[in-house]
Amino acid sequence: MGRTTTIIIAAAAAVVILAGVLLFMLGRGSETAVNDLDKEMSDMALPSTDAAAPGAAPAGTLAGRSLVVVSWGGAYTKSQIEAYHKPFEAKTGVKINSVDYTGGIAEIKVQVEAKNVNWDVVDLEIADAQRACDEGLLEKFDAGILPPAPDGTPAVQDFVPNGITPCAVTSIIFSHIVAYDSTKFGTNPPKTLADFFNVKDFPGKRGLRKTNPKINLELALRADGVPGDQVYQVLSTKEGVDRAFKKLDSIKNNVIWWEPGSQPPQLLADGQVTMTTAFNGRIFDAQVTEGKPFVIIWDGQLQELDVLAIVKGTKNLDAATQFIAFATDTQRLADQAKWIAYGPARRSSLPLVGKHAIKGVEMGPHMPNAPQNSANALQIDFLWWADHQEELNQRWSAWLAK
Amino acid sequence: MGTAVAVDGFQLAEQFKRSGKRARRGTFLLVLPLLAFLTVSFILPIASMLNRSVEDGTVSQILPRTAAALRAWNGKGRPPFSAYSALADDLVQAQLQDSIGKVATRMNFERAGMRSLLIKTARVAQTFEPPYAQAFNAVDLQWSDPEVWGTLRHASALHTAGYYAAAVDETRKADGTWIEKPEDEQVYIMLFQRTLWIATVVTLLCFLLGYPLAYYIAHQSERTRNLLLILVLLPFWTSLLVRTTSWIVLLQTNGLVNDGIALIGGEGARLELIHNMTGTLIAMTHVLLPFMILPTYSVMLSVPPQLTRAAVSLGATPWTAFWRVYFPMTLPGAAAGGLLVFILALGYYITPALVGGRTGQMISNMIEFHMKTSLNWGLAAALGGILLGGVVVLYIAYARLIGLNRLRLG
Repeated sequence: MGRTTTIIIAAAAAVVILAGVLLFMLGRGSETAVNDLDKEMSDMALPSTDAAAPGAAPAGTLAGRSLVVVSWGGAYTKSQIEAYHKPFEAKTGVKINSVDYTGGIAEIKVQVEAKNVNWDVVDLEIADAQRACDEGLLEKFDAGILPPAPDGTPAVQDFVPNGITPCAVTSIIFSHIVAYDSTKFGTNPPKTLADFFNVKDFPGKRGLRKTNPKINLELALRADGVPGDQVYQVLSTKEGVDRAFKKLDSIKNNVIWWEPGSQPPQLLADGQVTMTTAFNGRIFDAQVTEGKPFVIIWDGQLQELDVLAIVKGTKNLDAATQFIAFATDTQRLADQAKWIAYGPARRSSLPLVGKHAIKGVEMGPHMPNAPQNSANALQIDFLWWADHQEELNQRWSAWLAK
Repeated sequence: MGTAVAVDGFQLAEQFKRSGKRARRGTFLLVLPLLAFLTVSFILPIASMLNRSVEDGTVSQILPRTAAALRAWNGKGRPPFSAYSALADDLVQAQLQDSIGKVATRMNFERAGMRSLLIKTARVAQTFEPPYAQAFNAVDLQWSDPEVWGTLRHASALHTAGYYAAAVDETRKADGTWIEKPEDEQVYIMLFQRTLWIATVVTLLCFLLGYPLAYYIAHQSERTRNLLLILVLLPFWTSLLVRTTSWIVLLQTNGLVNDGIALIGGEGARLELIHNMTGTLIAMTHVLLPFMILPTYSVMLSVPPQLTRAAVSLGATPWTAFWRVYFPMTLPGAAAGGLLVFILALGYYITPALVGGRTGQMISNMIEFHMKTSLNWGLAAALGGILLGGVVVLYIAYARLIGLNRLRLG
């Protein structure tokens, strides 16, 4: 019996070692092959192998290359395909493969750490992009190559504040808003964020995003009367955080928690909730494409930026850089707003926003950054969150679970 | 290994042993591919996960001089001056090599605000001149707090118990004493308890529902039996997501079940059946039920029907015959099913994520959160490690108390 066990253990060890060696060789083999191929291709494309100035490469040399562009799927990816991918493919001959994901930077981290990068460009929430940039998961982006606005305004001034970060360029502004079902409130509909927390006068369940404290804490403080420019000041103190949680406590038992962005319009449509926080684009879809009687409360909206960034170690750095510069130019951002109700990140794009490509609705009034909607808006401070998310996430999970 | 007891003399036993060995070797070769597959896809990932929960070289690699300087400090009083100059050097290097963000993110897991403190200090570290302590304090007064240095000191060790401590709601002060986290940040112990509770209740519910059903199926004619078995297996062939979301359709406030309740008890009688603990229990019981039914059923088939008949003919009431004769013989199947259901339930996460709302969340939902959203993989690994340890302990306890040879899957 002893001997058999020894044999089994020895054999298992041998197998493990063998498998390890095999995997190692396989990995190296494919890596060298790809490297060779890549070298060949870059030799073909550029006379010198100097890849330090990717933006300087003439567009014609990109033909035949392909890019993997990763985004959130659904109507949002569709808007990008129509506004960015198709014209970029036509202009440069680069083939774009569109891949869907569910957000976060875990997958990017896995690829970069395993040195097996197969995503090139990723569409990220700006907070995630900042985080990934800090951790060295994204390529640095030279904002100098972004084209100026048609009137000559330099890109840096044309983009919304914080729109250009060391690793990322903002493409759209999306907004967290409160939406309600107008059939539920008759002649006295809710008008402010405070009404969201007033279950007595505006009965029914509320929908809130479960994923993290971001948005929820800001919403609670704004509903509690904190002016937009003081929200983060207040949240930086223990009392401020307590105040936000106390406000949330007041409706804790009347909340249905949602996670994916597709859920809030569904909850409203099913009558599960009468009011919910949501991404404005999702509510727009329900209003316009499905004809639902939903209304958006723009007052006190929380704006967030969505960016394009390049995964560190991509083999298509030059094509990826050019893609981002192209996709975030004035016309492309304006074109995207024909397909989805998210606001272009360039000021110069706003006047060019036209009608919805299918429904023919004028899109201007549905933009989060349209003047009439953004009077009382607050931009989510992603740098503040980068510092405070650990402790607040912890407290948030504890508060949720109890 | 089943060595035959020598009954017909020594030689025969020896021969038997040898041929048995040969056969075993052949079998072993056959399972080799599976073994290799399991090693690569199962054992190695688990080992690397467990390693991640105790090992973290980020700080000691990026801030090596600081790590060395702080090792000489006992965490009491003020940090040594050498630590200040070492950190100044390290920060300059980290800034140059663009690795400051990595260490800043890592430190922020340990203490809120460390991220911006490190990043902003690194940005100006190049201009620092002795006395360094004052230079640091000029950037931010937090540097005069020994707790900040204590956090750095703990994190600069290559091996850390910090993740496991965090996984049981503990944290560490500069001098190394462990204290409980503030009450409003404690969550994991409660979630572990809740996970155990949910797994237990689901196992009991599965037994209560599954045992009679298995009994019923086992006592039908073969045709009906097969038909019923297909009905039991049908959910297996349906996607887990589809099954779980159909429960949402059924159980929501305006769903079919509540419409039925409202019909009988009026509109006020609608119950909250989903997006809470009830939802998690109902959906998980449904999803896991086949794992209870199948082993129980196949063990029931192997129980000779004559036995209960014999018991009855010897004067037992039907109940006694069932309880004293039939039930003990089917218990190994039910126990195997119960163990399967329990262990599967401990690690469940899609179902609670979809129907659990706020109160029906389990520990695996936290693990997923730390893997995907907060990227605190060390903590996720520690939570997973505790869960794995718990399952192993339960398994051993089970083996000791009931005996694994009494487990039967059919």
